[in-house]
Amino acid sequence: MKINLWGVRGSIPTTAPQNQFYGGQTSSMLVTEDDDLLVLDAGSGIQSFNNKDISTNKRVDVLLTHLHLDHIQGLGFFKPLFMPDLEVHIWGPSSTQSLHSRISRYLSPPLFPVLVRDLPCKLNLHEIGNSSFEIGHFNIHSTYVIHPGPTLGFRVKGKESVLTYIPDHEPALGRSGINKDKKWISGFDIALDADLLYHDGQYTDQEYTTKRGWGHSCFSDVLQFAAITGTKHLLIGHHDPAHTDSQLTEMQAALKEKHSFNFDCEFAVEGKQFELP
Amino acid sequence: MPSYEIEIILNRQLADCLSIPVFITDTQGNLIFYNEPAEELLGKRFEDTGEMPVEVWGTIFTPMDDSSTIIPPEELPLVKTLKDCYPHHKTFWIKSIKGNKEKISVTAYPIIGRENKFLGAVAIFWKTKYNEN
Repeated sequence: MKINLWGVRGSIPTTAPQNQFYGGQTSSMLVTEDDDLLVLDAGSGIQSFNNKDISTNKRVDVLLTHLHLDHIQGLGFFKPLFMPDLEVHIWGPSSTQSLHSRISRYLSPPLFPVLVRDLPCKLNLHEIGNSSFEIGHFNIHSTYVIHPGPTLGFRVKGKESVLTYIPDHEPALGRSGINKDKKWISGFDIALDADLLYHDGQYTDQEYTTKRGWGHSCFSDVLQFAAITGTKHLLIGHHDPAHTDSQLTEMQAALKEKHSFNFDCEFAVEGKQFELP
Repeated sequence: MPSYEIEIILNRQLADCLSIPVFITDTQGNLIFYNEPAEELLGKRFEDTGEMPVEVWGTIFTPMDDSSTIIPPEELPLVKTLKDCYPHHKTFWIKSIKGNKEKISVTAYPIIGRENKFLGAVAIFWKTKYNEN
């Protein structure tokens, strides 16, 4: 299973020179194995897909964790939507309004000139919740996680390995942080023993004290979540747009100095590729 | 055992932050969480008891009407909510574990999740002194 990080920034894209190393594109990653491919989230990072040769692909699947703008703003610039012979499947969280209606809020004037119904591709929308489904040989489990509005996390199982993707998540929300009882931890089941866990870590512990309930995690909570779930490799992402490269590098170093953990841990870097067995 | 649905977890987190007794049950009425104020009513700590089957915790309180007649379970708000998935409210007397008689109001509501699935119920016990304040 190959994983390409296309966007690891949270909230809003940033093009500032001091953010070039970790990258400024918002949430998106490509997951491939053999001929199967999945795109996780459609933030501005999804533009990288447009450089990919998909002439032999008959379908493309995009899994949306939720519909906050930083996770869908790339949709309108996603070439497959404009390819008449291509099947595009968009999977997103079910809610009281249809997925079509919610995506149309963005893909319609005045925010965007093209209506969903006018997209040339063969578009299929799938509403999911606590669901299990297969795409190619990927076995996918989605579950609602703690974040404002209906938001999913994904567990993607390939031939041999498991990727868990929870880019927006605040499992420590509440009075006493992450519960010690695994039954009471948001996202626990999908993250259990993952080979690679991509998880929200937008804030420092200090910043989090004034941003509780915003739907994101601080570093020490992510580490705790990763330790409890037994992940093998933690990628901390959804970087705050205000955090510069030098700050993120310092934060990563400080984290490794302050905490000890028995799994690999690093801050996500846009453009980086991972290969799982 | 798999973890609870997010709607249940969020209800517990809310209960954790309240100063009124809150009980959370699964769809069968088994008590899966109660908060600190509820611990005072039960005379037990959640940390010690963990989850409690309906037949155990359901007998801890003795619900009575104004004439001290015992109220049958099917007339209690939580039991009604578990049966019909609607909210219910009732004021009555309870005799607690310590033998104290207290007048309380109970509001029970169903937890209907995002997928329109009935996931459990919440019972909030309002001591009448709260109402009088």
